[in-house]
Amino acid sequence: MTDASTQIKAPLSREKQRSSMVKSVLKSPLGALSVLLILAVVLTAIFAPLIAPNDPAAIQIFRVNAPPGDGYLLGGDGSGRDIFSRLVYGARNTLLGTLIAVGVAAIVGVAAGLAAGYHGRKLEVGASWFFDALMALPAMIVLLAFYQALGASIHLSMVVFGVMLSPGFFRLTRTLVKGVKNELYVDAARVSGLSDLRIISRHILRVVRAPVVIQTSIVAGIALVIQAGLEFLGLGDPGTPTWGGVLQSAFENMYVSPQAVIWPGLAISITVASFVLLANSIRDQLQHGGQPARQPKLPERLSAFGRQTEADVLLSLRGVKIGYPGTSGWREVVHGVDLDVRRGEVLGLVGESGSGKSQTAFAVLGLLGTGGHVLDGSILFDGEELLGKSDEEMHGLRGKRIAYVPQEPMSNLDPSFRIGSQLVEPLMTVQGMSRREARAHALDMLGRVGLPDPKRTFNAYPHEISGGMAQRVLIAGAVATYPDLLIADEPTTALDVTVQAEILELLRELQAEFGMTIVMVTHNFGVVADICDSVAVMRQGEIVEQNKVTDLFANPTHDYTRNLLAAVLDDVEVRRYSPPKFAPQEAAQ
Amino acid sequence: MSHDSLVEVRDLCVSFATHQVIKNVCLDIRPGETVGLVGESGSGKTTIGRSILGIGPANSGRILFEGVDIANVAPRDRVGDAARIQAVFQDPYTSLNPSMTIEDILTEPMVARHIATRDEARLKVRELLDQVSLPADAAQRYPREFSGGQRQRVAIARALALSPRLIVCDEPVSALDLTTQATVMDLFIEIQERTGVAYLFVSHDLAVVRHISHRVAVMRGGEIVEFGECDQVTARPEHPYTRRLLLAAPVADPIRQAKRRQDFLNLDAGS
Amino acid sequence: MLKYLSRKLLSGICLLFIVSAVTFVLIFGSTENVARNILGESATAEDIAAYNHQLGIDRPLLVQYGSWLQGALRGDLGDSWTRNQRVAPSLQSRLPVTLSIVGVAVLLTGAFSVLLGVTAAVRRGLADQIIQVISVVGFAMPNFWLGLLLVLLFAVQLQWLPPTGYVSFSTSPQQWAAGLVLPVAALVFSGIASSSQQVRGAVIDALNQDYVRTLRARGVRRRSILYRHALRNALPAALTVLSVQFVALLGGAAVIERIFAIPGLGSLTVDAALQGDVPVLMGVVVTLVIVVVIVNIMIDVLNAMLNPKVRLQ
Repeated sequence: MTDASTQIKAPLSREKQRSSMVKSVLKSPLGALSVLLILAVVLTAIFAPLIAPNDPAAIQIFRVNAPPGDGYLLGGDGSGRDIFSRLVYGARNTLLGTLIAVGVAAIVGVAAGLAAGYHGRKLEVGASWFFDALMALPAMIVLLAFYQALGASIHLSMVVFGVMLSPGFFRLTRTLVKGVKNELYVDAARVSGLSDLRIISRHILRVVRAPVVIQTSIVAGIALVIQAGLEFLGLGDPGTPTWGGVLQSAFENMYVSPQAVIWPGLAISITVASFVLLANSIRDQLQHGGQPARQPKLPERLSAFGRQTEADVLLSLRGVKIGYPGTSGWREVVHGVDLDVRRGEVLGLVGESGSGKSQTAFAVLGLLGTGGHVLDGSILFDGEELLGKSDEEMHGLRGKRIAYVPQEPMSNLDPSFRIGSQLVEPLMTVQGMSRREARAHALDMLGRVGLPDPKRTFNAYPHEISGGMAQRVLIAGAVATYPDLLIADEPTTALDVTVQAEILELLRELQAEFGMTIVMVTHNFGVVADICDSVAVMRQGEIVEQNKVTDLFANPTHDYTRNLLAAVLDDVEVRRYSPPKFAPQEAAQ
Repeated sequence: MSHDSLVEVRDLCVSFATHQVIKNVCLDIRPGETVGLVGESGSGKTTIGRSILGIGPANSGRILFEGVDIANVAPRDRVGDAARIQAVFQDPYTSLNPSMTIEDILTEPMVARHIATRDEARLKVRELLDQVSLPADAAQRYPREFSGGQRQRVAIARALALSPRLIVCDEPVSALDLTTQATVMDLFIEIQERTGVAYLFVSHDLAVVRHISHRVAVMRGGEIVEFGECDQVTARPEHPYTRRLLLAAPVADPIRQAKRRQDFLNLDAGS
Repeated sequence: MLKYLSRKLLSGICLLFIVSAVTFVLIFGSTENVARNILGESATAEDIAAYNHQLGIDRPLLVQYGSWLQGALRGDLGDSWTRNQRVAPSLQSRLPVTLSIVGVAVLLTGAFSVLLGVTAAVRRGLADQIIQVISVVGFAMPNFWLGLLLVLLFAVQLQWLPPTGYVSFSTSPQQWAAGLVLPVAALVFSGIASSSQQVRGAVIDALNQDYVRTLRARGVRRRSILYRHALRNALPAALTVLSVQFVALLGGAAVIERIFAIPGLGSLTVDAALQGDVPVLMGVVVTLVIVVVIVNIMIDVLNAMLNPKVRLQ
């Protein structure tokens, strides 16, 4: 499908280079802030002795639960120790524990995910079961249960916790690897003779890298919270100052000095928040290439309203411009299309990918992709201006007088609903039929489009029928309301050629029977020759030529049309075989 | 016949789980020849190509390359000319790793096969790009900077890097626009005439296959229903299925298409 | 469907056995100091040996596990080492307390996540950004800290709600509810944070499907597309998120019960962990794994029912 919105996204996803990735994360305000905060915490941990004004273990008995001030920046705790110094030293222990948990989780999860994803089947079944099982265990409870076995060292507990966090990495890596394993470039690498290990290191790790960094950042947040939780419960080494430990002490003295509860919590929250923000900003860079997808201001439509068309013109486009939000204002994909479609004719809208033919068709339906807008022009349907109509007003036309047949039959049926209900629902809302009437009519239509057993298809789910049948179902849905205009977007492109012939025959019959007008978007001149009465050729968002089909094929006037027709491979001379007179290696060198 | 064929597929059978997708297929390709393999989706045409490349299974039967059985031998375990069998795949957007430069992509096969050091391979890149009519400065750029047709040229250059005697082309032009398709086809033919490489050309499009092939095999349901000289199979087919396939594809001429459509309907009514 | 169910059940039972065995070996395998801890520094080596014998931990691990398993299959989880109680009945009295907290929390998390996630997915713009901010804050604030802040605000400052304590539902539904408000609020906030993000993603995904355009082209209204079609297709993802949340909330309950002095499984676990009461810990782990397995099977079945491909097999 030549959907401009997918074309905008496609080149930006995945393809960002690593260095530019780091740069663009640092350039985004949230990314920079989060990196700065994390850096601050790390530096605090490293230079704790220089920063902390007091010995974290030093007890000043008259400072028990003291309010802030007098050298105790944040006050004293229940034993008379400096809360601020304890928090500064606590950063060390906290970060170390987090690092251990995240390191273990990432190494275990990614390694297992790579192996299971790449080698598949048996290994995958076993590994998946294991990691699913790990996910079913409440981590906090398990760590509590193992507390005696692991001893007071929180670090050992964090190793165990790391293993319990690994399923996230495992699932992520496995899914990514399974996706990329079937990419053609991995096949090409295998054909080139690369070993599995080289394929993983050269091709697969590149894809896994960025998502794993995101996951690491999030897991770091989780690990920090759980570690603080364990310490808060008193399951840590009482000798070392920790954020959770400081919070525990504050909790015990909560009624005496409530403000002490705030500081350790803030330390934890701010650190965790910066991990999450870092993850979010990397994700944003990955998804949108850093540009906020904000909609530029819509220009005022200049074209005059109240224009008239000849009586036999059903659909008339004048100066239609279509744009999508880009980096700097609107990115125009269709630059002022003029088009007239007469009642009862089949018009072919042909062009190569990116020519704007599908966009033009979707504009008539009022269903452009996300962010897309008609920037200028006028679309008259049966004398009525469509542009500027609200969604509610379009609702009276769509599915009633204007219908649509899509390109991909399978993805255009909702997999969760029976085919019948997907046909009945619009008939009830649009035509106001009763359920019984709608059902009878839908069955009728299914029979009309040549499905051998309408009842069975009616009761089937989309995955139970073939692509050709699904396209018949979609056509049945489109023509069920006897529309005046049918917009078909490459309706046979996804089908096998023999099925294509049958579907074209069906469309021809239905058109003759109901007297529909059809706009047929296609790239295939054979399809045009087969079914269309007239044809408009599009290139780069403009119509270069419009004519009757017989005239256009006999007498193409525009160079571009001539080039296109010359590229059609019908009736070429066949090649004659003669064995090469030389060894191919020599020739290539 | 077997003595002058480059590749000979004998009684190839392939099953996935319990489903047999290739049933006793026999096929041969002569040096410098293009054999077109045409069929509809699910006919098994791609599977045969993957078995020959060594990236798909072969449950029984033999795949002889210059007389040596290479069935079920992974590409990296192959030796001699068999190690240089190459591929050009359908989708030029996914057959090139988006995060590698064109130079990395083109040198990869040479370095992996130890036929050149990295520096030697780099020198060869310019020559390869020239062979597929891409500018020399393309080497330092990334796939995303190229159009579909240009990417497919890069993929062809990669296939040529090992000076192969056989390239398996799996729908190499079906993702391309009409005009691009024609120029890429011409490039394939030009390279073949210059280097004497043989193609197994897999496609669903009879017109494309007719344009490039010397001989054509038609597949349906995992079997070859017809295999013969290109002109005979694509113009005067013997098998009813081939006839149906031929008449189903519309031609870009309204008057002739009207007649062809009638022939197709008659065929259906008669069967 | 029946086959699917029995496979899930079998896998759950396997999990239970493996977890019980591993946990047993790990926590019964490190009981050298138990007697010393319980009897105190003055105990002689003989005292300790005798005590170990009395507890049965001087036997080989495998034998210990065998006898534990035998009892467990009959519903007998042994005696607590530190309190004069059998393990099974004490778990039985505490499990409903924890389950009521976690159950209410999961339901609220689910409801709010769907509400916020759908709003964010449909509205985008400002509403989306607000929800994003909430989710970062919710993720970053540990539930135990939030719990403390809630106590300070609503119990100490405003005195609207009781700071601690738990009253069973049968004693006084009103007091039961009042006691639950703060702990559940503390648990739910962080749960919503991560779940609403995932619901948002699933709904956006569903709304971007091709069939949505086709349905709209057929005249189906936006409301129906969102609530009938998009939500229906996003539901399996949301349910999976909820099952992960359930496990996380069980862990979170341990800390929260501590803060609010709620006599649930969590506070029992914390005490047992600090005192080294191994049979209780063993009992808690096994009980919770059973609960999680049951909940997961319920969610799997629900998911399968929602997915026609699985349902019809």
